[in-house]
Amino acid sequence: MTDHLTVFKLKQDIAAGRVKSRDITQAILDRISRYDSAIGAYLSVFADKALEQAKAVDDKIAAGQPVGPLAGVPIAIKDNLCYTEGLTTCGSKILGNFKPPYNAHVVEKLLAADAVILGKTNLDEFAMGSSTENSGLQKTVNPWDKTRVPGGSSGGSAAAVAAGLCCAALGSDTGGSIRQPASFCGIVGLKPTYGRVSRYGLVAYGSSLDQIGPMTTCVKDAAILLQVLAGHDERDSTSVNTETAAVPDYLNALEQAVTGLKIAYVPQFIEQAEAPVRDAVKAALELYKSLGASLVEVRMPHFDYSIAAYYVIATAEASSNLARFDGCHYGYRSPSARDYVEVYSKSRAEGFGAEVKRRIMLGTFALSSGYYDAYYLKALKVRNLIRKDFTEAFAKADCLMMPVAPSTAFKIGEKTSDPLQMYLADIYTIAVNLAGVPGISIPCGFDSNRLPVGLQIIGPTFSEDKLLRIAAMFESKTDYHLQKPAL
Amino acid sequence: MSNQINRQQVERVAHLSRLDLTDQELDLFSGQLSSIVEYIQKLNELDTKNVEPLAHSLPVHNVFRPDTPRASLPTEQALANAPDRVDDFYKVPQILDDNSGA
Repeated sequence: MTDHLTVFKLKQDIAAGRVKSRDITQAILDRISRYDSAIGAYLSVFADKALEQAKAVDDKIAAGQPVGPLAGVPIAIKDNLCYTEGLTTCGSKILGNFKPPYNAHVVEKLLAADAVILGKTNLDEFAMGSSTENSGLQKTVNPWDKTRVPGGSSGGSAAAVAAGLCCAALGSDTGGSIRQPASFCGIVGLKPTYGRVSRYGLVAYGSSLDQIGPMTTCVKDAAILLQVLAGHDERDSTSVNTETAAVPDYLNALEQAVTGLKIAYVPQFIEQAEAPVRDAVKAALELYKSLGASLVEVRMPHFDYSIAAYYVIATAEASSNLARFDGCHYGYRSPSARDYVEVYSKSRAEGFGAEVKRRIMLGTFALSSGYYDAYYLKALKVRNLIRKDFTEAFAKADCLMMPVAPSTAFKIGEKTSDPLQMYLADIYTIAVNLAGVPGISIPCGFDSNRLPVGLQIIGPTFSEDKLLRIAAMFESKTDYHLQKPAL
Repeated sequence: MSNQINRQQVERVAHLSRLDLTDQELDLFSGQLSSIVEYIQKLNELDTKNVEPLAHSLPVHNVFRPDTPRASLPTEQALANAPDRVDDFYKVPQILDDNSGA
């Protein structure tokens, strides 16, 4: 019953009474018991609460009452999203016992849509990382090869979706944290336009870059989830209102190919990826060409500066956001703190892991007196040039295509000793967050070790409906998304 | 502008960040932050003389709402995650010394 789980099929089966949400929820909980000790996708599982939510949906359907668009569908959420059930740890010891007093906007949306929330998934501490190895609490492995990373920072969500330990999941993406793990685990991951989805209740990392989005087994499921998540929320003043950009019907016309599709690409971006990625992305472009698309070669001269700009801007924002962890209001307090300064400095030193400390230090340095203009202000100016690269590319084409990551999933421990090497692997995803535009990763092949390769499709702001249609064109002609790892 | 972050600067930044780092961490971060900062110097290859800084990808405006009172988080809920408390207050070590007060 858990083979080829999709949101669109399952919600129909549940609504029609062919499948009971309680049965499918129990079946997935059984899979979690059986497989997750080896994968480590979940930090917490809410079995009783999930079965209670499932039963409530089944009862509503039996009584002929109307149900929401995700009625009875079991979903996992990244553990940086506040949920009043259980803990929200952010993968950090400093929030190891934190029980949120409220739900994130997206959690409210899922509950209002009658979804079943299975549990919280592992992540790099405070979403800072590209492999989930920075989690302070647990290791997560790639379901396709358990000696490899699932990607990050939404590695737990990606692994859970790939392994069939949920029907779909939510992630967050500050510099690629939805798209890159989706690519490494062979699933679909969508980072919406900045402001499309409210960040209320998402533990902040880089506030001008963070965005929540769906991680699913197919494009249609991503459309269904985005429909539920998108929209204005007055509690996030950067969330976009209807006058700026109304939320379209993402499902309507999804199956309809984009006619006269123009795809922009930068040849050296594809050439500089490792061979299996390069070949799979080239083959994907050829497939689009065979479907009638035309390819437009473009230049993006500032793209190469995005890592340098990002690691100034994101860390500067992080150093400010993470100042709230003071050992006073919530979170960990060091038992050895003797005075109020030590309550801060010892609690933070003992509660944060190495990567979080590194980024707080880097951001504090970039904002500190004497360095602000040279680093922070300079990075913001370069950000403007990077956005201009996108604007110019989109003047010539409907979308941009490129790899998601330079390689397929790497070995656990391979990059942990050299943080800069880990940062450089974010080259294809980071510029998208700096520009605020939407991007999607879809499965487009496998390497010789049977590790998935992702294709990244990037569109102008608020073009998610078209992006999803372009992605669906590829998916309907291929079966990469239907292949599952042997657990 | 120096390409390197020396140990002294790392100590200063650790202090500003309120991170009580060990000697081992200070050594490790001196090396790692130096190589990251050196990489970031790459930004200086670009002429940005006539470029405006972009703090937000979308135009962001002040958002106002009517100034009407509404309920906030109840005290018990707000204090539920406090590491230490006394009555309706967060409890922290003494901040002012005994003869600094009024």
